[in-house]
This record gives sequence, C-alpha cells and structure tokens, in this order.
Amino acid sequence: MDFSHIFNSRKIGITALVAVLFNFLTLLAQANPETDTTKIAADTTHQEATAGHEAAATEKKDQPFDTGAFILHHIADAHDFHFWGEGEHSVGLPLPIILWTDKGLVTFMSSAFHHDDEGKHVVDANGQRFVKLHEKIYYASATPNEHGAYVEVNEKHEAKNAKPLDFSITKNVFSLLVSVTILLVVFIGVARGYKKRAGQSPKGFQSLIEPVILFVRDDIAKPNLGYKYEKFMPYLLSVFFFIWFNNLLGLVPFFPGGANVTGNIAVTMVLALCTFLITTFSGNKYYWKHIFMPPVPWWMYPVMVPVEIVGIFTKPIALMIRLFANITAGHILMLSLICLIFIFKNLAIAPIAVPFAVFISLIELLVAFIQAFIFTILSALFIGMAIEEHHDH
Amino acid sequence: MELVTPSIGLIVWQTLAFLLLVFLLGKFAWKPVLSAIKERERSIDDALEAAKKAKEEMARLTNENEALLKEARAERDVILKEAKQLKDQIVSDAKASAQAEGAKLIEKAKQEIDSQKAAALAEVKNQVAELSLQIAEKVLSKQLEDQKKQEALVSDLLKEVKL
Repeated sequence: MDFSHIFNSRKIGITALVAVLFNFLTLLAQANPETDTTKIAADTTHQEATAGHEAAATEKKDQPFDTGAFILHHIADAHDFHFWGEGEHSVGLPLPIILWTDKGLVTFMSSAFHHDDEGKHVVDANGQRFVKLHEKIYYASATPNEHGAYVEVNEKHEAKNAKPLDFSITKNVFSLLVSVTILLVVFIGVARGYKKRAGQSPKGFQSLIEPVILFVRDDIAKPNLGYKYEKFMPYLLSVFFFIWFNNLLGLVPFFPGGANVTGNIAVTMVLALCTFLITTFSGNKYYWKHIFMPPVPWWMYPVMVPVEIVGIFTKPIALMIRLFANITAGHILMLSLICLIFIFKNLAIAPIAVPFAVFISLIELLVAFIQAFIFTILSALFIGMAIEEHHDH
Repeated sequence: MELVTPSIGLIVWQTLAFLLLVFLLGKFAWKPVLSAIKERERSIDDALEAAKKAKEEMARLTNENEALLKEARAERDVILKEAKQLKDQIVSDAKASAQAEGAKLIEKAKQEIDSQKAAALAEVKNQVAELSLQIAEKVLSKQLEDQKKQEALVSDLLKEVKL
C-alpha cells in the first residue's frame, strides 16, 4: 500500500503551519530590533553627552558604524544572554562561568564582569585575576595597558595573555541545554502518547510529529540504509530534530532563541564527528576493501588509496562546514539587512530593510528544514555506504 | 578566523548534551514511538489483509451460492420438464385408453343395438305374422260365412291358377 501522498500532503500542511507560526514570531522580532536599536542609539548619544568621556566618546561618535564587528559579535558566542541596552545599561541573563585554571576549578557568574568586554574589569576569584576581552577570558595582567585593559596586545591587536580552559555555560551552551530539554520533554511526551493510545491513530502533537518521524524513516533512512536501517534510527532522528529545532530556535531573535547554535563550528563539528565515528565503526569489510583495495588497476593504487583515505575525512568535514556556513550565512544576512538602517543612519530605510528581512527569514525557515534534512540524509548516505554489502566486487 | 575556531567549552558541552539527547531520546522516545508505529502499521496491514481475505471469502461464497442456485435451477428445470413429459404421457395415455374404451363401448352398443334391432324386428315379424294370421282368420271366417262367397273365392283362386 502506498500512503506517501497522504504523508506528503500532511507534510505540506505542517510546513505551512510552522512557516506561518514562525513568520508571526519573526514579525514580532522584526519590530523589536528596531525599537531596541533606536533606544541603543539614543542611549549612546545620551551617554556621550552626559559622561563626556572625551577622547573615547568623540572617537566613537566620529567612527562610522562598524557593521562587520557588530554582526560578528552577534553571531559569536557570549558569556551572558544579552536582552537589551548597551554597555553599563545593558540588561541580560548572567550565566555561570566555569574555568579550569592552573589552580583548579573556578566558578563565578558572568555578571561579575559588569558587562565589560574590553578587558578593563578584573574579577578576583580563588586568588586569581581574570579579565574578559571580546568574549574570551584571560588571566589579567598586573597593570593596565595604555587603553586601560589588563591585557598585553601584540601588533595585530590580539591578546597575548594566557587563557584558562573555558567550560562556561555560554549563551550557546545555555541555548543548547534549553533546546535539549525542550526536545526531551516534547518527544518523551509524544512517546507517552503512543503508549497511552497504543494501536490507535495519533492525536494532537503526536500527529504533528509522526509524519516527520515517518519522513525520516521512509525518505531518509530506508532508501540509504536498506534493511539494517533500524539500528541507526535513534541517531538519525535525534540529529534531524536537534538540528531542525536549533535552526528554528536560532531564527527567534529574542530569549531563549537568538543564539547561533547550529551556526557554531564547535556544534557542527561534534555532530559531524558522531556521523564519522558511526560510519567508521559500522564500516564492513567491503567498505574498507573499497578504500584500501579500490576496484582499479593495481598501478593506480598510489593515487587512489590516498584519495579514498582523504575521502573518509572530507565527508564529515563537508557536513560540518555545510551546516555551519549555511546557518551562519543566514544570520549574517538577517543582521546585515537590519544594519542597513544604521549604515544609512536613517530610520526611513526600515520599510525596505524590514520586509527584506522578513522575506529572508521565510527563506531561512526553509533552510532550517533543508539543512537538517541534508545533514541527516548525508549521514544516512555515508553510513549506508559503509554498511552496504556488495558481492559483485 | 575566530568564527571557524571551535571553542573547547562548547565542544565539551555539545558532546555531553548531544550524547545525552541521543541516549535519552533513543531509550525513552524513539524506541517506543518506532515500535508503536511499526506495530500499528503491522496491525493496519493485518486488518487490510483480513479484509481482503474476507472479501475473497465473500466472493467465493457468492460464487458458490450462485453455482448452487444455478444447479438448483437446472434441476428444477429438469424436474419440470420431466413432470411435463409425464403429464403429457399420462394425458395422451388417458386419451388413448379413453378412445379405445369409447370405441369398444360404441362397438358394444352397436352390437347391442343390432341385436336389439334384430330381436325387435323378429318380434315385429312374429307379431305381424300372428296379426296377419288373425286378420286372415278373421277375414276368412268373415268371407266364408256365406256359401256363395266361398264359391266365388274358390273360383277366383282357381282363375288365378293357370294350369
């Protein structure tokens, strides 16, 4: 029996629903940066006017708006969850900082830095001194440099100070933990629904999730993995929903979204590493034979074997970079469009920038799904290549 | 460059969180969900198979019924035909025997009539002879009352007789 046309139509329905939902959220979000940023602008001018930090302030005022730094700051990880406001006036969720130093474990809250990111505020903890510079934590120098920062910088303006190992609950880690918790609650709840309504048709949230699960099973796992697909289903489903949900969460510009989790190379690296390890450890003799004794004339071996060996590693590396680049690019695009307002220093640009941003975020909704799908289907493909049994070679 | 440099903290947390997610979801979500879906698909397949079988059984029964009905109809036709034949035979037999009987009766009646007629004729003849005799007697006696007449008669008779 072929039910695929039913799942297809339901899939379309669900996609449309999710799109509408997130469109709504994004619209709300579009409204926020506008007001936020105008407030920031007002704040900074206010600050500059009153405080009169002469040199710094005038320098800041004269400088054109540094879009690149602004965007990179927004897509990078941070040690606290910033809500609104700038500098001393910023409001955010302080997150725990966990450092493995030369003298053992040190923990304190990120609020201890008093929103300083220039290395000017030294935190004393466990008899050690730390500063935060560009969201990196360094051992503080004994004396401040000419800019008032407790770090020594080289010619490239990079800090030379030693760094403790930073295991802090950063914005990305926090977002990650939130999303993992939500995924656990949602899917264990769904599983409970299956137990409660055993043998019956799905209902409520269950019927929203089931087509997606069936999609992963029937369109991703089965065609690539063959009859041995069941063993890899938990990994494929987890990775699919993890990436999809985090992609979507990344599109929500306010708490608890907004973190660039799946657009962070560390996250995609771990995901790709999982695929790599599963592929490598489930590879059968045909897989290894194909790598070390490819079906080519023997004199081609010096060329083919290194190529095949490199191929083992390039596949997960491509997975890692694809997801990272796609999601990061989406975030950069969104921020660039919003930044148009600041580049032109004119709120009149907003009627052009905001609809564009809405349009791009709709595309990003699609990308969120497509990237999750591509990561999962390529993982399934690589694993499928490793476990494939061919008797003809 | 910083963008493509993975930080150790996030790697550790992501590894922990993701492995935990895969483990917990695998154990508490995917396993029951997938087995439930499989079970349901199996039961749907079974139900469809059963429905198909029932349909086939139904068709088979219908066919059987039809065949039976056909057979019964044919048998009925045969019986009816036979009955008709029998009836025709009986009727024709009856007709034939009736005809024969009738013919016999008619024959008998004819014979009876003939015999009765003969008897009647014989009786009539006898009576006629008797009556004739009586009449002749009476006539003769009357005629012969007188002598003259007797003589006349004799002479007449004699005249008739030509010798």
